[in-house]
Amino acid sequence: MANENPMMTAPRVEPWREELRKSKSARERASIPRVEMPQLPPQQRISGNMEVNTGLSREQALLEATRCMDCPDPQCVTGCPVSINIPGFIKNVERGRFEEAARVIRFYSALPAVCGRVCPQEKQCESRCIYHKMKKQPVAIGYLERFVADDARACGSLPEPTVPAPGAKKIAVAGSGPAGLSFAGEMARRGYDVTVFEALHEIGGVLKYGIPEFRLPNSIVDDEISALENAGVRFVRDCIIGKTLTRDDLLGLGFDGLFVASGAGLPRFMGIPGENLSGVMSSNEYLTRVNLMGAGLSGNDTPVVRGRRAVVVGGGNTAMDSVRTARRMGAKKAMIVYRRSEAEMPARIEEIAHAKEEGVEFLTLSNPVEYLGDDQGRVRAVRLQRMRLGEPDESGRRSPEPIPGAIDEIETDMVIVSVGVSPNPLIPNSVEGLQISRRGTIEVDPQTMESSVGNLFAGGDIVRGGATVILAMGDGRRAAAAMDAKLSAR
Amino acid sequence: MYKIIDKEWFSENVAKFEVEAPLIAHARRPGHFVIVRVGEGGERIPLTIADADMKRGTITLVVQAVGVSTRKICSLEVGDGFTDIVGPLGRATHIEKVGTVVCCGGGVGVAPLLPIIKAMKQASNRVVAILAARTAPLVILRDQVSEWCDELIIMTDDGSLGDKGLVTDGLEAVIAREKVDQVVAIGPAVMMKFVAKATEAHSIPTMVSLNTVMVDGTGMCGACRVTVGGKTRFVCIDGPEFDAHQVDFDEMIMRLKNN
Repeated sequence: MANENPMMTAPRVEPWREELRKSKSARERASIPRVEMPQLPPQQRISGNMEVNTGLSREQALLEATRCMDCPDPQCVTGCPVSINIPGFIKNVERGRFEEAARVIRFYSALPAVCGRVCPQEKQCESRCIYHKMKKQPVAIGYLERFVADDARACGSLPEPTVPAPGAKKIAVAGSGPAGLSFAGEMARRGYDVTVFEALHEIGGVLKYGIPEFRLPNSIVDDEISALENAGVRFVRDCIIGKTLTRDDLLGLGFDGLFVASGAGLPRFMGIPGENLSGVMSSNEYLTRVNLMGAGLSGNDTPVVRGRRAVVVGGGNTAMDSVRTARRMGAKKAMIVYRRSEAEMPARIEEIAHAKEEGVEFLTLSNPVEYLGDDQGRVRAVRLQRMRLGEPDESGRRSPEPIPGAIDEIETDMVIVSVGVSPNPLIPNSVEGLQISRRGTIEVDPQTMESSVGNLFAGGDIVRGGATVILAMGDGRRAAAAMDAKLSAR
Repeated sequence: MYKIIDKEWFSENVAKFEVEAPLIAHARRPGHFVIVRVGEGGERIPLTIADADMKRGTITLVVQAVGVSTRKICSLEVGDGFTDIVGPLGRATHIEKVGTVVCCGGGVGVAPLLPIIKAMKQASNRVVAILAARTAPLVILRDQVSEWCDELIIMTDDGSLGDKGLVTDGLEAVIAREKVDQVVAIGPAVMMKFVAKATEAHSIPTMVSLNTVMVDGTGMCGACRVTVGGKTRFVCIDGPEFDAHQVDFDEMIMRLKNN
């Protein structure tokens, strides 16, 4: 499989695809309305932690796949960070060859069940769909990807377990998030002896500690990890590269290459008065306590603040994950506080819509300036500066500016600060000669992902400073191709 | 699993464990800590490494049973194990020859102080150790400390061992009689706060090792944040050791209490 030409997976010129195209007119295809994702009703969602989107049925998937025009120059592919042959898998769905569709996706993406759930398709593949030109809704590529991955999981049997050949070159991976997992899969497929080192006691990185169960069930992540184990990848928990084992230790142990995918594990705070009051925490802390440590579930010792009036500061996906978690953990009132307007929110539209359905209130054009505490040092209120939109800033978003004198005080007993993360400094600080940017990210060649240090490659948030699962995976893929080329050229 | 190969009770609720963790034993330096977890539903809690034996591939942890998780740990026996131990974490203690160093240990804080006492002595400092506890049976590691220091002073609240009084009484007495170049204090937050106050009056550089709440211990969660010199710092990656005179102890004590 490794030597197969990617574009040869289900090429457009194959007779079955021509036949399929002719089987229905464009008008007929365009007359089908876009499928709606079946969802749990909001009341049921907030009384538990079940996945909100329940997935398409086979019939729904077949019909949605029929909408795809199988364009001669498919723009959706250019919108995908890893250039998945999207019409190739969708047309396989249309002809009912689901396992073949899964094979096409797998060729490009190590974690299709994950990406089908958490990718911002509306900003990527789906944003380029031909249907936009027809003033219609795009093909639901994300829903179909998820359907294909789940269907393959449900009826697929794992391939025979493989182990690396004796004498295979040893490769170390630091971090088991999306970048690390995709890199590990690619290298194992190329015959390397791959060991993934994870600092936490669970494999999966942000897919486990960050993204909540109701958006990405842990069982999905565990299945992907099992598939990698089956392919010969070894996982070592409780091991921090740069602390437990240094790069020199790894060289001494015979590792030929190191891929650093240690993530953006350093939460930012705003530096305003009262931010260290009890009850104020980072979204990383809150989500880690709930998602990774199972706080609130019986049998788990980790405590978590159970706010009745939760304030979540920020407008990204992590802020939405936090506020929706707070609702599920019993907050009667759960509020998003964001300094710009809703139009500028970086969160996925679906996440914002889900949050609203679940009763989350949105206080936009509001910026916290101070937290007030009670005599026990616990947060009791937040002072919000009202904002208005000024001129667009360098990011193209209209920058907010304070309205003089417009300050509100909001009562709260739990504040979750979700204003971004910085790269984790542990590995950058531990490798001599490694070039680090001012922001603390590892500097790499964007084509090969190779750093300034020999055979040390890096990808994901430790390079990007805070991006998406699919971009991290794309980095893993590119780094694997480049490292393989380098190591096998010797 | 990280197997326990030796256990010893230091006092009624303080136990010492020697645990197999060869990679950590190899990599650790004085001042480092680990995060441990016991059982599948276990909490992640930080513990400072009290000692390590590279040949045996073990580290020594001293645990005081005060909460759910520390009680769980203290109930473990030889042959049992920790589910997870990760480390070494934090920055190692900065050790250099400065002259006379007074090392103050309160309660179970004596355990993480011991490797620093050793290292300070090995760096040719004159080391005075002051061990403080409420009452005699709670004074731990007395013999090990006395092996590595030039002078050992013991203070108990009730006078049942050594001199009667607080750690600061012992410290003031030393400062009154000789030139002290550096103070290191590890113990309950309140004790460190008062040591800091005492040495600030004499402008003696003072280092404290903070034991705050942590979840991951690698910089990810920020639960451990403290205000040092007016800035928010993370104990797990910026510490655990800080300039005592810059630490906002009142905020730290409040955060610990509310956890």
